[in-house]
Amino acid sequence: MEAFDLLLNTSLWAAVLRIATPLIFGVLGALLCERSGVLNLGIEGIMTMGAMTGWLTVYMGGDLWIGLLVAALSGGLMGLLHAMLTVPLGLSQHVSGLGITLFASALSYYLYRLIVVVGDLPPTIEPFRPVNIPILSELPFLGPILFSQAMPTYLALGAVVVMAYLLARTPLGLAIRMTGENPHAVEAQGLDPMRIRIGAVVAGSALMALGGAFLTTAAFNSFFPEMVQGRGWICIALVVFASWRPGKALIGALLFAFFDAYQLRLQTVVEDVPYQLFLMAPYFLSIGALVLVARRAKVPEALMTPYRRGER
Amino acid sequence: MRLERRAQVPLHLVIVAPLVAVAVALFLAGGLIAVAGVNPFGAYAEMLRGALGSRLSVTEMLTRATPLILTGLAAAVAFRARLWNIGGEGQFFVGALVTAWIGHSLPVPGPIGIPILMVAGMAAGALLLAVPAYLRLRFSVDEVVTTLLLNFIVILFVGMMIEGPLRDPLAFGWPSSVPVDGDFRLPDLVPRTRLHIGFLFALAAAGAIWLILARTVFGTETRAAGLNASAAAFAGISLPRTLMGVALLSGALAGLAGSVEVLGVTAGVTTTMSPGFGYAGIVVAMLAALHPAGVVAAAIFVATVFVGADAMSRVTGVPSFIADVVVALCLLTMLVALMFTTYRVRR
Repeated sequence: MEAFDLLLNTSLWAAVLRIATPLIFGVLGALLCERSGVLNLGIEGIMTMGAMTGWLTVYMGGDLWIGLLVAALSGGLMGLLHAMLTVPLGLSQHVSGLGITLFASALSYYLYRLIVVVGDLPPTIEPFRPVNIPILSELPFLGPILFSQAMPTYLALGAVVVMAYLLARTPLGLAIRMTGENPHAVEAQGLDPMRIRIGAVVAGSALMALGGAFLTTAAFNSFFPEMVQGRGWICIALVVFASWRPGKALIGALLFAFFDAYQLRLQTVVEDVPYQLFLMAPYFLSIGALVLVARRAKVPEALMTPYRRGER
Repeated sequence: MRLERRAQVPLHLVIVAPLVAVAVALFLAGGLIAVAGVNPFGAYAEMLRGALGSRLSVTEMLTRATPLILTGLAAAVAFRARLWNIGGEGQFFVGALVTAWIGHSLPVPGPIGIPILMVAGMAAGALLLAVPAYLRLRFSVDEVVTTLLLNFIVILFVGMMIEGPLRDPLAFGWPSSVPVDGDFRLPDLVPRTRLHIGFLFALAAAGAIWLILARTVFGTETRAAGLNASAAAFAGISLPRTLMGVALLSGALAGLAGSVEVLGVTAGVTTTMSPGFGYAGIVVAMLAALHPAGVVAAAIFVATVFVGADAMSRVTGVPSFIADVVVALCLLTMLVALMFTTYRVRR
């Protein structure tokens, strides 16, 4: 019964949105890259990079929003590296992405250790606090869930709308989707598929980094190694689950965050079950989601196929 | 300017490419060492001294290279067939865990028990990779994500076992699994050092994989599956069978790495026993251009970086994470270098 009572608790549902936020940023970023035809396995490292640079900017006296900006820029830079290797050079997107993840994580840890003096506990910053939106936040039940979140959460939700509109309703979105399906047709339209892919990967990587930065500037208030905890890989799975659509990606991220928030609370209620079993649940869930949809997934036709001009 | 595929890759390029890649990576990382206010040349000299400067440091480095050879072979075998096994880390841990679990109370003498334990570790690793391979073949689920996610699951599982049923009641501080029986510890290769005969097993594995890939039908089938899957299928090669075979072999090698590490070095399993052997194995395989002989050389290089960086860090204060930076940069530079071996640039 206790397990069921948890579902009526507003703090659970508020936590769902909070836990979903980094996933929403990450999944939108991965989705944008893949819609243009580039798989970006750099995501785990790019999120780590964003978490570190965003936090560090604030730690060194910067504003929280400047922190997010710096995080996005650092993520975009890593994305540019991935784009250069995979688009003009046409190298293996799998290997390059893993290389970016290893490099971006290692570089983040290195610079963190170099710049920050770590004592017994990692140093902290003053993070984004939940903002009570006037009147709306006083609504019963819904108020504390929807209208008392930290500002970046609203930014993430806004990004879903922008991304959905961009991809479905604008010429640029059409060009991006077409590059992911048939870059030769894009070329025939007089557009440059390479530039579109590079732009999409850079912008997508900046979004991923925002997801990482949310972890250190809103969810927690410090940076430590391994803190991204596979969230990037989960986002890659969520993109497939969402069949490359921003709206479904939001639903996927929320669903996922719900299970995560629920298992965290269930741990305190259910006794005699090792806590690791609960922690495994998100990863099993991702694999399960992949199995469920992989067969009918409508993968962008040219995903992972490098484009070479004048070559079929 | 455009790229043109070379009909044949000249041997000198095959050997020069990794050397250039490593040189560029060391140059770039040197910039980061300079940022730390330390002379990069001095730092690299310290690294060399730390990894190769004394008999003890060389044996320490080879001890570190042993699992890297095996995880490197695991990645090389899989990548050749375009099976993206990124789960080496997880397979390493299940191999280690099963070895410690069975080896704690196996009632047979050492010389019989050691092979049994290694086979058990291999079987555990092979089974762990068989799951994502099956999911790919049956449901076309991309194995990159599933193998990566399994790594997290396995580490949590290991944590659960060593805090629960396999907990060593005598271990202080961090939880550790029960140790393998003393009879099953691998003998030292060099007396009074940590270097054990597992290093020779790793070399033998590299030789065996070389033979398998170069001289057997299975080896040809793997290469064909990796080069052009549809052509291979047209030529009558069963892709599912080949890929499953590759998965079992690759997983077994990574599982063996964990098994040998337990039998030779740690005796018990902890969640921190691997400084990323599985992930570093991918870099080793790429630096080796997926060739088994190259894997041995690349593993020794990567081990030198890791062991050397620890020593260098103690002397100069440069964070030892620089080792991970160097290794990651090597992967990226090698990827570019490989392009120049397979393509030539035409104006």
